[in-house]
Amino acid sequence: MSDGCGAPAQTATPASLDTNGQVVVAGKVSGSDGPIGGAYVRLLNGDGEFVGEVQASPEGDFRFYAAEGTWTVRALHSSGNGEASVITGEPGLYDVPINI
Amino acid sequence: MSREDVLVTTEWAEENLDTPGVVFVEVDEDTTAYEGGHIRNAVRIDWKTELQDQVRRDFVDKAGFEKLLSEKGISNDDKVVLYGGNNNWFAAYAYWYFKLYGHEDVKLLDGGRKKWELDGRELTDVVPERKQTSYVAKEQDLRLRAFRDEVVDAINTKNLIDVRSPDEFSGKLNAPAHLPQESSQRSGHIPSALNVPWASTANEDGTFKSNEQLAELYQEAGLDTSKPTIAYCRIGERSSHTWFALRELLGHTDVKNYDGSWTEYGSLVGVPIELGAK
Repeated sequence: MSDGCGAPAQTATPASLDTNGQVVVAGKVSGSDGPIGGAYVRLLNGDGEFVGEVQASPEGDFRFYAAEGTWTVRALHSSGNGEASVITGEPGLYDVPINI
Repeated sequence: MSREDVLVTTEWAEENLDTPGVVFVEVDEDTTAYEGGHIRNAVRIDWKTELQDQVRRDFVDKAGFEKLLSEKGISNDDKVVLYGGNNNWFAAYAYWYFKLYGHEDVKLLDGGRKKWELDGRELTDVVPERKQTSYVAKEQDLRLRAFRDEVVDAINTKNLIDVRSPDEFSGKLNAPAHLPQESSQRSGHIPSALNVPWASTANEDGTFKSNEQLAELYQEAGLDTSKPTIAYCRIGERSSHTWFALRELLGHTDVKNYDGSWTEYGSLVGVPIELGAK
């Protein structure tokens, strides 16, 4: 059991990640000049309801542990916002890049 | 109680960074956040190592709280402004905790660290030096805190509000989606609990919704305002956020936070559990 509920520090997710039977939604937040660090990245379910939020790493990386379904990933940053959607099925890694 | 009595805006905060008698406190579970940059003159409280007993699952006791605040340089007369990451979850927990131990003047920075950052306001890595004080706490105000037996007795008699996400409530997920899923306890929720996720009380930028929006939210969810209310989540910090919305913003008087929350309830032998969405 995790001691807390807070979002852990985010790191890059290698394509070879062993997802340990879980649906992992991960990606990188970028802008026109490359990766953007520190954006607040929100996972919304198919009804648009909030499910989770992490703060992207300095390199723009984020990762969620989700389930089968339709998801929207939305990034907020002082320089602007962006979002992308993904439909997940079998456990595995789903790469969702976000541009803002 | 008006909103201004319990919340301050980021604008107010920026104008009062050097005001004598105002102490900004960043409360996080992730200590690297503060080290990477914090609001100028803010001291840090570590939710995990400083607010929790390091052996038993419980708070630090009254003497421990007095020692902590004295070392942080916080006086009984100070206006304490709490803020933190994760949409102020841990700051709201600390707010509840400060109220439990009787601190008179404590407020939350509306939107917390997220709003401050999204506003593009300045952060610093300079750690302030504050002179040690002799803080005196009151005995815990247990009108604000629920324990497991009261929660079991509250089924179908009091309002129980489960503030976790719909997928945690229904049993689809065991933990928030930013954490690896765990299997050490049963999934589901306490029977008769309403599911009003904490996130539905907050705007995207982390600020609280208006009192009118909050009142409408709980009315639509079926909250019976004539009854006492107990809020819970997984470990009691997200439910502190809802406790704040119900008691401090909407003015409901009999609202408790169940800090044992699902990690306790979902591990109890023999208690009833419901599965599925509402």
